[in-house]
Amino acid sequence: MQRQMTGARMVVQALKDQGVDVVFGYPGGAVLPIYDEIFQQNDIRHILVRHEQGAVHMAEGYARSTGKPGVVLVTSGPGATNAVTGLTDALMDSIPLVVLTGQVPTFMIGTDGFQEADTVGITRPCTKHNWLVKDTDKLAETLHQAFHIAMAGRPGPVLIDIPKDVQFATGTYAGPKQARVSHYQPKVKGDIEAITKLVELIEQAERPVFYTGGGVINSGPGASQLLRELADGTGFPVTSTLMGLGAYPASGKGWLGMLGMHGLYEANLAMHGCDLMINLGARFDDRITGRIADFSPRSIKAHVDIDPSSINKVVRVDLPIVGDIGHVLEDLLKVWKARGRKVNKDGLAKWWGQIEQWKLKKCLSYKGSTTTIKPQYALERLEALTKGQDRYITTEVGQHQMWAAQFLNFDAPNRWMTSGGLGTMGYGLPASIGVQIAHPEALVVNVAGEASWLMNMQEMGTAVQFRAPVKQFILNNERLGMVRQWQQLLHGERYSQSWSESLPDFVKLAEAFGCKGIRCSDPALLDDAIMEMLAYDGPVIFDCLVEKHENCYPMIPSGKAHNEMLMGDAGVEGAIQAGGAVLV
Amino acid sequence: MSALNIKQGSTSHSAYELRDPHAEIVETHTLAVMVDNEAGVLARVIGLFSGRGYNIDSLTVAEVDHKGHRSRITVVTRGTPGVIEQIKAQLGRLVPVHEVHDLTVEGPAVERELALFKVAGTGDRRVEALRLADIFRANVVDSTLESFVFEITGTVEKIDAFADLMRPLGLVDVARTGVAALSRGI
Ligand SMILES: Cc1ncc(C[n+]2csc(CCOP(=O)(O)OP(=O)(O)O)c2C)c(N)n1
Ligand SMILES: [Mg+2]
Repeated sequence: MQRQMTGARMVVQALKDQGVDVVFGYPGGAVLPIYDEIFQQNDIRHILVRHEQGAVHMAEGYARSTGKPGVVLVTSGPGATNAVTGLTDALMDSIPLVVLTGQVPTFMIGTDGFQEADTVGITRPCTKHNWLVKDTDKLAETLHQAFHIAMAGRPGPVLIDIPKDVQFATGTYAGPKQARVSHYQPKVKGDIEAITKLVELIEQAERPVFYTGGGVINSGPGASQLLRELADGTGFPVTSTLMGLGAYPASGKGWLGMLGMHGLYEANLAMHGCDLMINLGARFDDRITGRIADFSPRSIKAHVDIDPSSINKVVRVDLPIVGDIGHVLEDLLKVWKARGRKVNKDGLAKWWGQIEQWKLKKCLSYKGSTTTIKPQYALERLEALTKGQDRYITTEVGQHQMWAAQFLNFDAPNRWMTSGGLGTMGYGLPASIGVQIAHPEALVVNVAGEASWLMNMQEMGTAVQFRAPVKQFILNNERLGMVRQWQQLLHGERYSQSWSESLPDFVKLAEAFGCKGIRCSDPALLDDAIMEMLAYDGPVIFDCLVEKHENCYPMIPSGKAHNEMLMGDAGVEGAIQAGGAVLV
Repeated sequence: MSALNIKQGSTSHSAYELRDPHAEIVETHTLAVMVDNEAGVLARVIGLFSGRGYNIDSLTVAEVDHKGHRSRITVVTRGTPGVIEQIKAQLGRLVPVHEVHDLTVEGPAVERELALFKVAGTGDRRVEALRLADIFRANVVDSTLESFVFEITGTVEKIDAFADLMRPLGLVDVARTGVAALSRGI
């Protein structure tokens, strides 16, 4: 199928041929030919955002909740630079995106033309790969390659910069099947010898733990299924990073909860005390490891990852397996079953006995209140009132994000969208819209902090325009809560610039946007208010006024080890020394 | 558990399994990186080094396969064994990179650099410069009554040594290509 057409038409044709049904974008001079083509067709839906950063986060929400790449279309110059935060976010969290930017015509490149920016230069370090296409005949192939690269191996964002004259010119279009096979084909099968070695370790381990990450989710729903089979078959405990929540069900018998800086006591102590750590698609992020020298000092560490550069990057592992989690787990299960499904039963029973002891600590307990809404309570109620629903949660960044990870339970993958690696305030609202566009009938809630939410609040207009009934559940503490917590614990309670003054009236704001606003400050009225939000058939901004000075615990201060956790009721002031304070 | 005899710090993707990637000895390695000669590929490689804080001692690049649009980048870099492993893995995952060879560990290799030296002087100093150039097998590629341009190829050490000798004899300017390297044998 080779046809002559303009570059602009090729873009739309390639998107169709790649199975794209929705594009998040914002027009401008350098992409007008493409917008003209979008106008003349009905297969691809275009979601008009209010700021290009919003478009990228929406595409991230779409991608993470569907497993398909998210597609973004923005103009040159400011359109492209506004997309940079989203690209970096997607790169850090391995989210597949295809971002198309307009560029000044080729003959003007380098002249500081109107809305010219060196987009490929600016985005080189924040994309998995990017291209400037100077020839219409190369455009179709580049577009198809882009989808391949975004999805193959460790997923990530890619960008194609398309000068306006390339969009106008006519060239030859070839479909995805005609495109040259890329040499970029990361290896998905793991080394079977290493896998067998891992089975031997599994058979003998006395104190094992699965440490799972976003890689399990990126590997597809099959990988999550296999993880369940393996964890439940072996009876090993499972903990997960922020990015991996939902890969193993929170209702599963092996579930320990999230680990890391604000992870659960039992999860962190299991990591610290294990004799076999099986890392599946996680990357030993500093929020997870704490002080490296004291990170799980007595364990044999196995690490399965599709990206060879993740292995031995921060923590030295004993048994690396490069491959796709799904493929490796499939082989692992085969070998383990063929060898008789052996585990060290006595060792495991003792280990679980120890874990149950740790659980008794009830590390998430907090002081309740009948007068103010505790943020933890608000999330417990949201959890209880949405139980059993196929629910999608996005978050902003801060204390509310950590509480959401602690108090909401996920039983399926692709239901939890949060900015992990980059920690981008302003992610949650647009991400929730992207999720809702992909799942129009589902309940989508953005658990937000008031400060983060304001960063991309203009996207409420997008939600209203496209009838995306997203629920914005704002835990409003009138503080940059997470910053305030650090200042309390690390900077002598000098609360420099960490409160939100002159906040808008969120209910009136909702009305101004043409959606529904709800405010609640009384714990006794909270259930009814949440039910009202859930029942409303349209976007809602829920202003949940919560305790202003609540801290998020447990907390492993930066630079401390897993067994040096701060707990809610402990005296915590001065617990963090200067050495830790330099770390972020 | 230890009965399984898993080597500490072994990496299956590593060319040499027995090294301790966290040992604190800094080593110099010569890497040959085969890349698609597409726009921006050099910026990608250099950006990787600067962005992640790796060292570049020398870097050369040229298209070596005109039909296949393939270039060879030779990088001389320094780091602990763990860092060197990371550099190779990070290079390996760049999309236009086809192969990464660590010539320092993959067996004996020849490494050569070309340099041009401009030496100004008259009288004895001029004669001495010419005599030393002859010993180093440097060619005179330009001469005036007051100056020579010498062309010399050899190892980095040989060129450094030549530079040291030329400095007191009126060295004015130096241009060096950086290292090109190939493994020995086939
Ligand atoms: C874009 C951006 N700027 C700054 C920060 C640093 N930061 C992390 S959490 C936080 C406060 C967030 O406040 P809010 O959204 O109200 O959430 P809370 O912690 O109060 O729940 C800040 C400023 C960030 N993560 N992202
Ligand atoms: Mg807040």
